[in-house]
Amino acid sequence: MMTIETFGQRLRSGETTSAEITAACLSRIELESDRLNAFTLTAADLAMAQARAADRELVDGHDRGPLHGVPVSVKDLIDIQGMPTTAASRVRDRRPAGRDAPAVARLREAGAVFVGKTNLHEFAYGTTSEDSAFGPVRNPHDPTRSAGGSSGGSAVSLAADMALASLGTDTGGSIRIPAAACGVVGLKPAYGEIPTSGVVPLSPTLDHLGPLAGTVTDVWLVYRALAGSPLPPGPHRPAVALPPLPAESLRLGVVRPYFCDLLDGEVRNRFEQTLEALRAAGARVHERGIPHASSISAIYLMIQLSDAAAYHAATLQSVPERYTAPVRLRLEMGRYVLAEDYVRALAGREVLRREVHAALADLDALLLPTLPIPAPPLGAPSIRLDGVDEPVRGLMLRLTQLFNLTGHPAISLPCGRTSGGLPCGLQLVGGAGATRHLLQVARTCEACLEG
Amino acid sequence: MTSQEWLRWAVSDAERRGLPDLGPLLEQLARAIHTLRAADFAARADEHPVPDPDDDDD
Repeated sequence: MMTIETFGQRLRSGETTSAEITAACLSRIELESDRLNAFTLTAADLAMAQARAADRELVDGHDRGPLHGVPVSVKDLIDIQGMPTTAASRVRDRRPAGRDAPAVARLREAGAVFVGKTNLHEFAYGTTSEDSAFGPVRNPHDPTRSAGGSSGGSAVSLAADMALASLGTDTGGSIRIPAAACGVVGLKPAYGEIPTSGVVPLSPTLDHLGPLAGTVTDVWLVYRALAGSPLPPGPHRPAVALPPLPAESLRLGVVRPYFCDLLDGEVRNRFEQTLEALRAAGARVHERGIPHASSISAIYLMIQLSDAAAYHAATLQSVPERYTAPVRLRLEMGRYVLAEDYVRALAGREVLRREVHAALADLDALLLPTLPIPAPPLGAPSIRLDGVDEPVRGLMLRLTQLFNLTGHPAISLPCGRTSGGLPCGLQLVGGAGATRHLLQVARTCEACLEG
Repeated sequence: MTSQEWLRWAVSDAERRGLPDLGPLLEQLARAIHTLRAADFAARADEHPVPDPDDDDD
């Protein structure tokens, strides 16, 4: 996988062009279309025109910065002017969007080349990207398995060299989950940092936009553009822009109760080996807890179900048959939430927010696995863990959804593979609003794990 | 309404609407309701009992 950093160096030294790399990405998309099903729409002609324009700009001395000429994919839940936003659903009409979502506009202004829109779980309402009007997204490490979701196509587009970065959304883990399942890096910034207008909502107080890419530094470069503060043009030295911290200065917290109670054996081993590598590099690792962790999924469920049911109420009434059956049922489920329980969930959410804040008080980040299991087989309703059949959806959301409830920034980066070659993800959670510091910590951890 | 009373009502309503497959999801929701109510995050009326009129000087 070529990184944005490497691409930028080669682009500016004249070793490659945006047109060359964009054409290579488009070729990969076409070649892997049947096997991986990562895209709902490819914009080959438009992308090549954008790439050639980026090359001409550079020749003319107009350098837009680190994303200049970089091929980027966008989850098909987010508006790109002139393209339909299908949300991977037959419910949506196919009229092209009239304007870019602000996040897309920022990437466009920063020089990104849009290669196409990526497949997802219908309306982002699922964690496996298998219920889609376009058919299931498949994991490049094992096409019989899920790519994770809901931003499954985004993660696959990176793992299979179809783009150098992708724009995804995350309501309960939908950036971090596929990043972990496919072996790439995915960032959910702090709540509210990236505008979500021009994006089909799932649950407005839980929805986040964020980047996926091959490395923490690449994620940082895209995040800066998304946040409206792109790194300046000129010779790019992202290592200086995002300096790693001395590993021995890191104060990390592990939250074991609940979060490490239910883990696949190989995921547990990779996580413990990661902790050992960080300790060996000099990081101090402390034990922390979230007292009401056992209520997380109930609180999340109540809020997310209610929000989704409200948004979909009209189409659920008028065209219910156009939804995939599992997504329709989950939306119907939301119509049965009682107001008194919704209010209880809001109160619980505040308690959790305070508990995460307290756990992070004297730390740089919390550490936990991103997923308790490796990518599950497509179509599997449950996975057997410790002798019990656990529903896949509950497992996939188990370690990520808390930080959508609390709004803390969180990132997933690869931390090894299972004996079967499936990626495992390490999740780091930063202090409220401290996305930049979290990325520095993540970069430091990434370097320790590479070493 | 207790979570069990709610579940009976919800399952019956889903069947009436031709959505029998909703049953297992509603059972999941009932478990979440039970968890939330047991955790008792929200303020409750019995936390501030009605004062005895004899103690009210106003």
